[in-house]
Amino acid sequence: MSQSNRIAGGLIDRSQTLRFQFDGLPYTGHPGDTLASALLANGVRLMGRSFKYHRPRGPISAGSEEPNALVELRSGARQEPNTRATVAELFDGLTAQSQNRWPSLKFDALAINDRFNSFLTAGFYYKTFMWPASFWEKVYEPIIRRAAGLGSLTRLEDPDTYDKGFLHCDILIIGAGPAGLSAALTAGRSGARVILADEDFRMGGRLNAETFELGDQAGAAWADAAVGELASLPNVRLMARTTVVGAFDHGIYGAVERVSDHLLEPAAGKPRQTFWRIYTQRAILTGGATERPIAFENNDRPGIMLAGSLRAYANRWGVAVGDRTAIFTNNDDGLRTALDLQAKGVDVVAVIDSREGGALLPGIRHLRGAEVIDSAGRLGLSSITVRQANGATEVIKANALGVSGGWNPNVNITSHHRSRPIWRDDIAAFVPGTGEIANLSVAGAAAGTLSTHGALVTGDASARAALESLGLTAKAASLPKAEDAPVRITPMWYVKGANRAWIDPQNDVTVKDIKLAHQENFTSVEHLKRYTTLGMATDQGKTGNVLGLAVMAGLTGKTIPDTGTTIYRPPYTPVALGTLGGRGRGQEFKPFRLTPSHKWALEQGAVFVEVGYWLRTQWLPKAGETEWRQSVDREVLATRKSVGICDVTTLGKIDIQGTDAGAFLDKVYANTFSSLGVGKCRYGLMLREDGMVFDDGTTARMGQNEYVMTTTTANAVTVFRHLEFCRQVLWPDMDVQLISTTEAWAQFSVAGPNARKLLQKVVDQDISDAAFPYMGAGNITVGGLRARLFRISFSGELAYEIAVPTRYGDAMIRKLMEAGAEYDAVVYGTEALGVMRIEKGHVAGNELNGTSTALNMGLGKMVSRKKDSIGMLLSQREGMTRDDGLRLVGVKPVNPTAELKAGSHFLKTGAVARAENDDGWITSLVYSPHLGHYIALGYLKNGAQRIGEKMRAVNLLAGTDTEIEIVSPHFIDPEGERLRA
Amino acid sequence: MPDFILKPLTALGHDHPEVDILGPWTITERADIALASLALRRGRLGDVQTAAAAAGVPLPQAGASASGAVYSAFWMTPEMWMVEAPYASHEDIRAHLLPAFGDAASITEQTDAWVRFDLAGAGLERLFERLSNFDLAKAPAGAATRTVMEHLGCYLIKRSDTLVTIYGPRSSAQSLHHALTVAAQSVL
Repeated sequence: MSQSNRIAGGLIDRSQTLRFQFDGLPYTGHPGDTLASALLANGVRLMGRSFKYHRPRGPISAGSEEPNALVELRSGARQEPNTRATVAELFDGLTAQSQNRWPSLKFDALAINDRFNSFLTAGFYYKTFMWPASFWEKVYEPIIRRAAGLGSLTRLEDPDTYDKGFLHCDILIIGAGPAGLSAALTAGRSGARVILADEDFRMGGRLNAETFELGDQAGAAWADAAVGELASLPNVRLMARTTVVGAFDHGIYGAVERVSDHLLEPAAGKPRQTFWRIYTQRAILTGGATERPIAFENNDRPGIMLAGSLRAYANRWGVAVGDRTAIFTNNDDGLRTALDLQAKGVDVVAVIDSREGGALLPGIRHLRGAEVIDSAGRLGLSSITVRQANGATEVIKANALGVSGGWNPNVNITSHHRSRPIWRDDIAAFVPGTGEIANLSVAGAAAGTLSTHGALVTGDASARAALESLGLTAKAASLPKAEDAPVRITPMWYVKGANRAWIDPQNDVTVKDIKLAHQENFTSVEHLKRYTTLGMATDQGKTGNVLGLAVMAGLTGKTIPDTGTTIYRPPYTPVALGTLGGRGRGQEFKPFRLTPSHKWALEQGAVFVEVGYWLRTQWLPKAGETEWRQSVDREVLATRKSVGICDVTTLGKIDIQGTDAGAFLDKVYANTFSSLGVGKCRYGLMLREDGMVFDDGTTARMGQNEYVMTTTTANAVTVFRHLEFCRQVLWPDMDVQLISTTEAWAQFSVAGPNARKLLQKVVDQDISDAAFPYMGAGNITVGGLRARLFRISFSGELAYEIAVPTRYGDAMIRKLMEAGAEYDAVVYGTEALGVMRIEKGHVAGNELNGTSTALNMGLGKMVSRKKDSIGMLLSQREGMTRDDGLRLVGVKPVNPTAELKAGSHFLKTGAVARAENDDGWITSLVYSPHLGHYIALGYLKNGAQRIGEKMRAVNLLAGTDTEIEIVSPHFIDPEGERLRA
Repeated sequence: MPDFILKPLTALGHDHPEVDILGPWTITERADIALASLALRRGRLGDVQTAAAAAGVPLPQAGASASGAVYSAFWMTPEMWMVEAPYASHEDIRAHLLPAFGDAASITEQTDAWVRFDLAGAGLERLFERLSNFDLAKAPAGAATRTVMEHLGCYLIKRSDTLVTIYGPRSSAQSLHHALTVAAQSVL
């Protein structure tokens, strides 16, 4: 199809032709076109179906306020629903599909809804689909979702990447129309750091859509020159295709830059969109204004659009939407459209002006005091019915109708901190409220100054004020002469008597719906919005909100400001979740922390487990092992038989120094550390303020005023943060210095009867039991390299932890394995680690669950009463010290072949499995290869007195009920002879 | 530098530091710098200042770094600095510093807690605006700050308009390196 509706002029590059498809049909356009302008140029007015009634729809606007012309842009995995054709920049190869129709756009079976419109009024769903309740999820909702809605998702993974970033400036200017350009020139020439952002791909705003001049230049030419000058200033950053979507705290604005949306696909390595956080000292909103329609019967047909948009299509894109065009207006701006179209050679068949009296336009049929009361045309406008001032009605053939009900300043962003707009009678519109967003000013049409001259002057003035407040001096500016027409408007919101007159076309909200809301007493603005869905969805009511308010005001007899207004929230226009997510998805969702032995483990085919950001070896399968338990059992048995090695670098390590370091530890730990000898370790228990156990680990005294604390892997950061809080806030007078050394040292546990023999081959010092006794700690060397050695055990075996500078960690694991070959040394992972600690009865994360005390864990004696420490007092509360409270116990099945289930609860023999009979639960459960049966730890009421008792472990979810025996939690070497060997 | 029996790996897991050239920018992994934190003991500012002056350890103001003949340093937090020295001569940097500061300061080995990347070239602010909310363009040469890049707590030091040092957690060296190179490619 040729571009039959293309007329002369416009800011498109006719030297190039772009090919694209809509609903499978081929079309052509030019660089500078949007999808909407190109389709209109090709005579395509029908671009979608409405949300509820599936009525034929075409674009009503030429900008981001568009509620109707929503399409699925692109195809395959890049298909994006609900894309506004009016802002989709045309590129060669573009494909788009209409949405929310079946089987085709021209014949949509669900248009039957329109026939039943009298039933499908506001509140229909709320009233109808109430019973039976069970039908809602399975029956009603799926049907409604299919019948009503917008575009569809492909369910394919988005192949593109998205980016994020941070920008800084002195002055952020939002919108590059005449006010924005004027402000940017003044601010930029002063040397201030300026960011000028505009959602359009061509800066200039309405100057690109108008025919009037600035000085002796066409408006668009002046805009081009201004943009050119700004581009030459190194202190100015121009950001076209960038929508400022929200104002946040502390001068931070969110902006979406559509980096590659105008391309068939992004260039290699480039994001499709970037979400910018802009930090600015001052901001100036110059976002312009949005025209609003007048509601009349059947005012939603393709071909009926906002008059200013009709003018924009003609002036900017060289498109005449129809060859017989009418205008319906209540203000002078509508007349401007008629004159521009006439000047372009478009046949303006009538101007229906609701205002009575006044001068008539020359050479145009100008009907004063008239109204459009209806329209006709199945898939697009074919005629309008006009009621003239004398009451006579007339059908006028027209295939395009421009409607102008006045202009609404784009106050949206000013509401983001809950500022309510203020009504101005003289322009019949809301203007921004004041004061809510610090350091934000508003200029031009966004502030209600609707002339070009006013935009230039207020933009310049806002920039001057911003500069002055920043201590900068503005240079004298010479503003071009520009039109300064006053706003002449006689408000008219809807044609009296109209019912199926669309207020919010995106949600199919009509005058009739608002009448119904009023009738049912949903007259509050907030109720009106939610009852009718006015202003919801992708356009956020940019064209319909004020109109809806006005209709409600008319019904209630109140003024519009007394009726109130809803306020806007971010984002200004829809933002894809992918954009907010940036690169953070899949493998890039979070960073990884790799242990020093990671490279070696990878070579061995280790299975890794995520522990926070860490990747830890979970187990290391050997040839022939087909199931994880085989690997884990082998690792446990080999360790207990000879020696095993485990990378424990992930445990938090905090260096604590200062003359008060010991006293500080006495306060943060429940037990005492100031008495710990230099060169010794001690197990420490840390409580929260409420007396519950916070964390545990060993701390070594490396010098008189120097300790190294070990934390659990999970709590490494929270413990450090806690210590900093204690140091800085609770006891600022203590001489204590802290720093994390978790990453600085590669630390390996070497455990098992042959641990000492193995290590003695590696270290340079004597580490015999006499020279390096149980719980010893000290600085040693490994082949001359400084290292640390701690004789501590988590497995219950003779064990050490040896630490070398991290860069030597890889060499260290290889060295240990080489030296351990004669002892059949193994590396064990976190699973084997867990088995051995449960066999030994050590508590870990499952027991340190935030609701357990030291007493619960059988560690009550560790809480020293001889000193004050965090949590000590509150751990002594009556309810927490009762003798029959929960105690850590061991559990084994009476039948050794029986399998226990994690999460099982303890019940007395014969007790009914109900909550009141619950005696506790299993916290940790493993199969012990050493004992040859399952074992578990658990919290049991009065557990210490119930050793030997036969009970049941009941898991109602798994359907198991297993006879168990309560035993000591120390399954292995309860006397601790092994670890002291 | 002593010749130990153990062979070191760089933070990125190689025998030698990695160098990436991306457009105008060079990203160099640095494994040749030793680090130690130096924190004031309570009430010992004068002693530390005297010792630092004698040892040639600069103690820059908040938000700044400074270079000396052997030692450089950047401010970390109130009353704490990170001291840098050549690894070849100061592998055991703490042992070098302890005699100078005695018990006036708490000194902790930090060399292998961090991975260091030096980014060189013009227009680095375009790269870092993808990574950090630090206003690199406005910061003077010598500025040092703690910042977060891709969830990773890092130190950023602006050595000059064309040289920036990043210290990030060593265990996440690969993730940080990935973030740096991806950001560069995104801009180029």
